Amino acid sequence: MQILYGALALFLLLNLGAGMWRVLCGPTGADRMLAAQLFGTTAVAILLLLAQAYGNAALRDVALLFALLAAVTAVAFVRRAWPNQEEDDDDT
Amino acid sequence: MMIRDFLSAVFLIAGAVFFLAGTLGLLRFPDVYTRLHALTKADNLGLGLMVLGLAVQAESWAVVGKLLLIWGLVLLAGASVAHLIAAGALHRGIRLWKR
Repeated sequence: MQILYGALALFLLLNLGAGMWRVLCGPTGADRMLAAQLFGTTAVAILLLLAQAYGNAALRDVALLFALLAAVTAVAFVRRAWPNQEEDDDDT
Repeated sequence: MMIRDFLSAVFLIAGAVFFLAGTLGLLRFPDVYTRLHALTKADNLGLGLMVLGLAVQAESWAVVGKLLLIWGLVLLAGASVAHLIAAGALHRGIRLWKR
């Protein structure tokens, strides 16, 4: 089982790396925020897998913190950091 | 013990497939609204299946409770974020994708 946990954690990490493309070239800020949101969820999954694989219960608390902060970041983005005028050339 | 391992592996791999689908959707879909759809699948189902797969292996009920709490928080965050971003995008006049 340990091998499966490790392999899945690595696979999710690769997913995360692929998602970085959307952060780099997402046309609007919202796209970048969505990618960041997916990173948060993937990080939670990776931490849970590693906590189980290495018997390290503290990693579960870290995952809990990530889950808590995910909502805060996105709400802060929508209310504060999202400019009201979005350049309107994002219909590719 | 064997059945437990098998169940856990099935759930974990199914969860990983949903994460892959979410990432692919985020990369391939044409606009914010469709990407939102891909993202929430990965958030809710992918993490849900992962949590289920780990919960069958968990050593105590406290761990199961913590896993479910994490999943619940992510569900709550995902739902509110999807709504906020979709409403904000509409409000800012980001156009819907048309073929």
